[in-house]
Amino acid sequence: MGEEPLVRWDWIGRNLPVLRELLVDNAVMALVPVLAGLLLALPLGLAGVRWRRLYQPTVGVMNVVYSLPSLAVFIVLIPITGLATRLTVMVPLTFYAMAVLVPAVVDGLAAVPDHVRQSAVAMGFTPLRRLLQVELPIAVPVVLAGLRVATVSSVSLVSVGALVGRGGLGYLFIDGWQRQFPTPIIVGIVLIVLLAGIADLLLVGAQRLLTPWAGSRTRRRA
Amino acid sequence: MITFDGVTKRYAGGTVAVDDLGLEVPTGEITVFVGPSGCGKTTSLRMINRMVDPTGGRVLLDGVDVTTIDPPTLRRGIGYVIQQAGLFPHRKVVDNVATVPRLLGWERRRARARAMELLERVGLDAALADRYPFQLSGGQQQRVGVARALAADPPVLLMDEPFSAVDPVVRASLQDELLRLQAELRKTIVFVTHDIDEAIKLGDRVAVLRVGGRLAQLDAPARLLAEPADDFVREFLGRDRGIRLLSFVPSGDLPLRTDLTVPVSTTASARGTAEPWLALVDDGGRPLGWIAPRSLPDSGTPADVRPEPYGTFVRGRDPLRSVLDAALLSPSGHAIAVDESGRVEGVVTREALDAALARATGDARG
Ligand SMILES: Nc1ncnc2c1ncn2[C@@H]1O[C@H](COP(=O)(O)OP(=O)(O)OP(=O)(O)O)[C@@H](O)[C@H]1O
Ligand SMILES: [Mg+2]
Repeated sequence: MGEEPLVRWDWIGRNLPVLRELLVDNAVMALVPVLAGLLLALPLGLAGVRWRRLYQPTVGVMNVVYSLPSLAVFIVLIPITGLATRLTVMVPLTFYAMAVLVPAVVDGLAAVPDHVRQSAVAMGFTPLRRLLQVELPIAVPVVLAGLRVATVSSVSLVSVGALVGRGGLGYLFIDGWQRQFPTPIIVGIVLIVLLAGIADLLLVGAQRLLTPWAGSRTRRRA
Repeated sequence: MITFDGVTKRYAGGTVAVDDLGLEVPTGEITVFVGPSGCGKTTSLRMINRMVDPTGGRVLLDGVDVTTIDPPTLRRGIGYVIQQAGLFPHRKVVDNVATVPRLLGWERRRARARAMELLERVGLDAALADRYPFQLSGGQQQRVGVARALAADPPVLLMDEPFSAVDPVVRASLQDELLRLQAELRKTIVFVTHDIDEAIKLGDRVAVLRVGGRLAQLDAPARLLAEPADDFVREFLGRDRGIRLLSFVPSGDLPLRTDLTVPVSTTASARGTAEPWLALVDDGGRPLGWIAPRSLPDSGTPADVRPEPYGTFVRGRDPLRSVLDAALLSPSGHAIAVDESGRVEGVVTREALDAALARATGDARG
């Protein structure tokens, strides 16, 4: 084993189809929960703004969920969602994403300056139109910042699922460890970091595109 | 016309912000609500567009109780401008201005065309249309706020301390701009401020409110200065009421003397005259200052001396206050009258000014 190189390129070459499959699996299991989490966080966040009293308990519950060890949650879910299924991994990840995104939605809406909201009211926006055309668009930068955190952590959390038989690129860690063979482990780490990095870059791009006006935040501080 | 009919607002906490307010805001005029902080100005204003509903009495818009009108519909017909402008940070200037027309269902192109028209009206460069609000100065933002409030051509405009967050120079120019716009548009404007000078400058009528939301006095500015209803109003108006009152007295009918000027290019000695002071005028008809003929050297011409300081006013445009100011700036005690282009029309003597001042204070009392 002493002569074993750190990365065996021929192994990569031989396993390209498998690697691609794992990469796609990892991306799907990471990103679908973020999307689902966002969709769920929007109404919850709105409710939190509308009924202030609901907000603290909601965040409390979210934080408790966030503190649960992911492996424990996966194991608890196996009888319901099955061993080695995508669902077993994606359900907890959805909750983790929500734990980040519900506060982001609430903070984003709270960041709408009061005079802006007041002037929208005074101009004759109906409440729904005000929400859709004024408040949510102004909340976008804060929500997107939360989305970046949720996405990156989701991509890397997927690999824990390998311990219950479905962990995307995480499979490579177990494989490499069991066979005392470093190449899969290194390839796994590199691919996860790449995946997270690309997802993050896409979100930054979306941010530039969606909120050209958000220069206001940084420039005003400068 | 907007009518406050025994309007009271008691907030949930028990604060009575407005107490039995009764007044009329005439169509096409600027009515200013002025008073110390917390006297209920904003509350009163917001009862017009139903951002606050009264707990007693009624607010009528052209005879219709506003609480019978659906708020969004009511508000789209009433322009509203606030201190921080309240611009939408995520929309370009042109789209901010087009907001209410869009709410009213105008198609996008027509709304934007209208917005461009208004930007020009309020004195903003068309190049600013594609900027976002954070790329504008405070004064520019306020102008956009005014343009946005006017976009759907509402007959009524509510303005809540719209100019109090900008520096004095910009504030003065925004005030002048508003008066110029109002001369064209003749909107029914309710303007809230805590600055009495702003109230006096802008208001056709000024309502002074006292804390507790009660009306202390409602009058034209000159009448307010001349005859404050009580100590509270007198104190709120502050010092120099007499001088400030002169801002409302026209200068057009002052007698002019044209024999007290002398061109700088004259070759004759000016010593012959019995007048102690003459106004020296350059070849273009512009004033250079005062000279004392007796101090000229024997054969001297007016060009030989350095003229003394002077003050001018534009006859017909400037009020009596400017005439007094011009007279005080001159060692002669006379004021030089000029036309709009700055050319000397003649001189108002101290005696003529005294007579006008005596008449003015008499008139203001009567
Ligand atoms: N939403 C509210 N709930 C309870 N009290 C209020 C509310 N809004 C205003 N008040 C109270 O009503 C009174 C009048 O307030 P308002 O804002 O109308 O005063 P204002 O004349 O506009 O003052 P300022 O010059 O400081 O803007 C104040 O005592 C204020 O604390
Ligand atoms: Mg106020």
